[in-house]
Amino acid sequence: MTEGPDTATAAPEGRRRSEARLLDPEILRPALVQSLVKLDPRVQVRNPVMFVVELGAVVTTGIWIAQATGLSANDGALGAGGGNGGQPAWFAFVVALWLWLTVVFANVAEALAEGRGKAQADALRAMRTETTARLKDGGEKAAGDLRPGDVVVVDAGEVIPGDGTVVEGIASVDESAITGESAPVIREAGGDRSAVTGGTRVLSDRILVEITQEPGGSFLDRMIALVEGAARRKTPNEVALGILLAGLSIVFLVVTVTLRPFVDFAGSTVSTTTLIALLVALIPTTIGALLSAIGIAGMDRLVRRNVLALSGRAVEASGDVDVLLLDKTGTITLGNRQAAAFLPMPGVGEEELAHVAALASVADETPEGRSIVTLARESFAFDPDDATRGGHLEFVPFTAQTRMSGVDVEDLQGAVRSVRKGAGDAVIRWVEESGSGGVPEGLRAALDHVAGEGGTPLAVADGGRVLGVVYLKDVVKPGMRERFDRLRAMGIRTIMVTGDNRLTAAKIGEEAGVDDVLAEATPERKLALIKEQQEGGRLVAMTGDGTNDAPALAQADVGVAMNTGTQAAREAGNMVDLDSDPTKLIEIVEVGKQLLITRGALTTFSIANDIAKYFAILPAIFAGTWSTTHPTDPAPLASSAVGAAEGPLARLNLMDLGTPESAIISAIVFNAIVIPLLVPIALRGVRYRPLGANALLRRNMLVYGLGGIVAPFVGIKAIDLVVHGVLGA
Amino acid sequence: MSGWLQLALLVAVVVALTPLLGGYMARVFAGERVLLSPLLGPVERLLLRAMRVRRDEDGPVGQDWKAYGRSVLLFSFASWLVLYALLRLQSVLPGAPKDMGAMPWDVTFNTASSFVTNTNWQYYGGETTLSSVSQMTGLAVQNFVSAAVGIVVLIAVVRGIAARGGDPSSRRFGSLGNFWVDLVRAVLYVLLPISFLGALVFVSQGALQTLGGETTLNTLAGGTQTLVRGPVASQEAIKLLGTNGGGYFNVNSAMPFENPTAFSNFLSMVLVLAIPAALTATYGRMVGNRRQGWAIFGAMAVMFVALAVVLSLAEQHGSPAQHAAGLATASFDGSTGGNLVGKEQRFGISGSALFNTVTTVTSTGAVNSAMESLTGLGGLVPMTGMGSSEVIFGGVGSGLYGMLLFVVLAVFVGGLMVGRTPELHGKKIEAREIKLAMLGALYMPLTVLTMTALAVGTDHGKVSNAAGGPQGFSEALYASLSQGNNNGSAFAGYTGFVQPNGNNDGAFGITFADLLGGVAMLVVRFFPILVVLALAGSLARKRPAPTGPGTLRTDSPTFVVLLIGVIVLVGALTFFPAFLLGPVVQSLTGHLY
Repeated sequence: MTEGPDTATAAPEGRRRSEARLLDPEILRPALVQSLVKLDPRVQVRNPVMFVVELGAVVTTGIWIAQATGLSANDGALGAGGGNGGQPAWFAFVVALWLWLTVVFANVAEALAEGRGKAQADALRAMRTETTARLKDGGEKAAGDLRPGDVVVVDAGEVIPGDGTVVEGIASVDESAITGESAPVIREAGGDRSAVTGGTRVLSDRILVEITQEPGGSFLDRMIALVEGAARRKTPNEVALGILLAGLSIVFLVVTVTLRPFVDFAGSTVSTTTLIALLVALIPTTIGALLSAIGIAGMDRLVRRNVLALSGRAVEASGDVDVLLLDKTGTITLGNRQAAAFLPMPGVGEEELAHVAALASVADETPEGRSIVTLARESFAFDPDDATRGGHLEFVPFTAQTRMSGVDVEDLQGAVRSVRKGAGDAVIRWVEESGSGGVPEGLRAALDHVAGEGGTPLAVADGGRVLGVVYLKDVVKPGMRERFDRLRAMGIRTIMVTGDNRLTAAKIGEEAGVDDVLAEATPERKLALIKEQQEGGRLVAMTGDGTNDAPALAQADVGVAMNTGTQAAREAGNMVDLDSDPTKLIEIVEVGKQLLITRGALTTFSIANDIAKYFAILPAIFAGTWSTTHPTDPAPLASSAVGAAEGPLARLNLMDLGTPESAIISAIVFNAIVIPLLVPIALRGVRYRPLGANALLRRNMLVYGLGGIVAPFVGIKAIDLVVHGVLGA
Repeated sequence: MSGWLQLALLVAVVVALTPLLGGYMARVFAGERVLLSPLLGPVERLLLRAMRVRRDEDGPVGQDWKAYGRSVLLFSFASWLVLYALLRLQSVLPGAPKDMGAMPWDVTFNTASSFVTNTNWQYYGGETTLSSVSQMTGLAVQNFVSAAVGIVVLIAVVRGIAARGGDPSSRRFGSLGNFWVDLVRAVLYVLLPISFLGALVFVSQGALQTLGGETTLNTLAGGTQTLVRGPVASQEAIKLLGTNGGGYFNVNSAMPFENPTAFSNFLSMVLVLAIPAALTATYGRMVGNRRQGWAIFGAMAVMFVALAVVLSLAEQHGSPAQHAAGLATASFDGSTGGNLVGKEQRFGISGSALFNTVTTVTSTGAVNSAMESLTGLGGLVPMTGMGSSEVIFGGVGSGLYGMLLFVVLAVFVGGLMVGRTPELHGKKIEAREIKLAMLGALYMPLTVLTMTALAVGTDHGKVSNAAGGPQGFSEALYASLSQGNNNGSAFAGYTGFVQPNGNNDGAFGITFADLLGGVAMLVVRFFPILVVLALAGSLARKRPAPTGPGTLRTDSPTFVVLLIGVIVLVGALTFFPAFLLGPVVQSLTGHLY
């Protein structure tokens, strides 16, 4: 799990690339074709709002054809008396045209979202070359026929035929095909790096792989299905929103159907074409058209961040996460402890301690050992060559029994000088056994002090003399505190999970800025913690890679498995991070929230639009109602609106739209073109800001609610200037 | 000026009463001991034993939403049958004046449905159609129990919202309380004592309370006049307190016997608002967040004050027709001026405007002036109050449970906009809840618009339409809005009962209007009751999540704005076209058609 954080720099680049590709002709062209294919009513019926629009388009087309062929002079109510009667023949044609376009625009939006995933799927599919697998017990089998339990042999240069676990051997594997990361990774039997993915290539050595996938159910297959949107099912929240939109559509259907008797009672008429135009303008077509595009684009955004969500439900759940469990090592801290200070005993110089500690570490290749040498060199100009010149060095390695390491230096006279560093009690025992000198007074205090600070103390002894303590410290990765602050602002608590003792864990937790720590963690305690949080009604997310993480990953509401992890972990989680970056969860949560916000914002916008549409269409319909030529009537505000038979409601033509026909057409044209105009927002998502719920709500209500009320007034007026002013409708 | 003072005073009194009465009701329905327990406890136990309410060691056995809903329907159906029989048999029952016949079957259907649903729509004139026995044992009883049904359904719904989920195997899991226990408590501890005090105050102000029957007077002109008298004050208090609104007399609270003084007028408004407002505080206490109660109260109060101000200003200004005819509407010394047509002079513009706002935002429907004489814009106010699904305080209980449906919708949209699966008090609002909330929000516009279309678009419906023109449209729309929201106030004009002789001789009902309205009242009462109970049943089983900074708070001013926005937008988008053709036209033109 050492690779990872570096990919954070690669991600923004990837995102830029994706934005530039928004209107890539290679995606746009098939999307246009798809948009016509999707006119099939069997496809449309899945989206009730757009299905209503399509039905309206069919009916108005019928009305136009009937009028054009002379089967019917009008659409029933047309031409009967004043008001809305006598609409010109081209009116039904224009309305029908724009209703069809509304459906097509919705289809383009969806096809565009799918198209972006498709390009990636094609690249993946190219990898799925048909290889022949060599079975361990001789014999061969086509890769597609492999079943769980088959053990295959893969040599250097060969492609791994299917997903599985390494049961024997160690190899470097090129996984760039799925992760995009060109550096090879090590895969070995046993431990947490045993999972291999079909389609990746072994670069060196030879491994035996036990297949874990069913035929056709490989990771690669699932990935292709996911990015193509083929496996897409409506998420719970999408279903709920769909019900809301369908309900609103029913209300508006009744509003328009009952309008005809109302208008008749008021001494005027309204044509079927006009009523259909009103219905389509009122029902929430904007969000209805973009709903599935938003969902597909959300998955796509995750894929672009190299995260594979195995279900849309998981992506949605990630927006709701309340608690985040993060492993300390490798996630919050750099993998290794680093020497931070030398604490000499009374009568010992700091430089002397540094030199001896470094001498004890020259042959120690562990990161801790190297960090001691580095600190000594930087602070006290320690030179390893200088220190060992003219002597014979013998390295004493660390063992579980001695819990110390160091060197024995034999000088030219043959005297042996032993220097050691190690756990406090081990060094004390060593010094006491050697019988010379003793344990200095301040040693215990220094050891406790370091432990109390959250560090790991190493005692250093030269012969029989304890010189002091090296302070090894867990180094928190840069920028962690900011990330946790950001999570807190989102309303997410972070809990650091570590095997350290409570004192150490608490110190590091405080330094990193997490909200809570789970110290002395075991897989069982981790699982218990998740269950406890869930009992309290909280949603828990975690990352994990090891087999022993699998139960916790499965229990967590959002479990992100590292791609470097074991097959068990990858199966248990509901997302896989190909970059194996544990802090990726923050981005996943943001994508999940963005998904919901985008839906909410466009729903609000869509419904708020209706006010302006009413003010465009109703004065046009009602212009002829309650008409009177009473001398005391105030003069109409709009001089041009309707002819002599106009009633008092014509004064509500606040936008001063040219004619009733141009008013209705302008409203449905606005209704249609707002869909492609909002496609970028649907595909990229409304920006999420960790402001806290209240501020976020205020902001979005202002932008999409108030904006949704105002924008169509401007838009419809502008369209009317063209439709009426330029085209003369 | 005094008009605004009256509005401010009314709001202040209601604000002061809300936590007191709200807290009291929370204790009553939690089964705690209250001041009246020593007095009423034995009666309560007796009644419950008579009803054979089952008990276990924890008290009365709880009901899940289905059982609770079944009990509501059973009780209401029985009430309906009794009331129908009473009204049809009144001429053979004691206490009826000798020339008073039975109510025609179709008008009776409408009236029984009206009083059992807490609507109190009256297609009849009280003093000419009903005996005092019918009024006291039929209508007044329903005034109590139909109001109690509204209250207890709300209490059950709030219990569901407040439930902590818990152990699915426990007997209390998903329980919303016991309908029969709640019903008895609502009547005994809440409605009866306050009505009793209210009736006494009404009597002190001069309202009539007698079983002496009618009396005959010799007039100054030498003729004789028969004055109908009856037990008015006792029926008056519950008429208002239970947001019922059905007057003893045809002219309702404009009648001095019902509403004698300016003080009784003010008291009437307080009684109407008392329980619907206080239930917001009961809700806040029951969910353990009093701010939440005040947030809902705030949303209601803001909309109420806005409507009251508009109605007052519109009536003060007068209508374009009055201006066109050259009528003086400006105030001058000794007169407030304004549109005084149809106003009771004792109350004037402000007393009438405020009263009518109060009784139409709540589902009371009592009136103290002629609604059909309002200006166009003024007439829009009561229609808006009803068109908002009667959730601006609304009926006792029904106003708040209707409001909670809008809260669910607002939480859903708002929750999406903050990027979390929407939650109400920590409980996730998912497809099932949205389905129920939409059903609950849909039934009303569907009913009202369909009714109006049938009223103005069919020959059967047009029979009832007395006037033509925008006024005729407004009257039909108003009749649909009022019956379709269980309000009960009327714009006159649209009728279901014709009484040529001032008594029932030769009277006939207009069957179509009676049945249409009766069915509508039953649907809009009991359909949403089942919907909100189902919603509560669903929420009761959910385990609440703790709130954090990422959760949408439902007790903040921002949420109040969102809630108002949702209510206004849903109402406006539904009724905007119809409002344009009725009241709005009349505020745009001076033409009289």
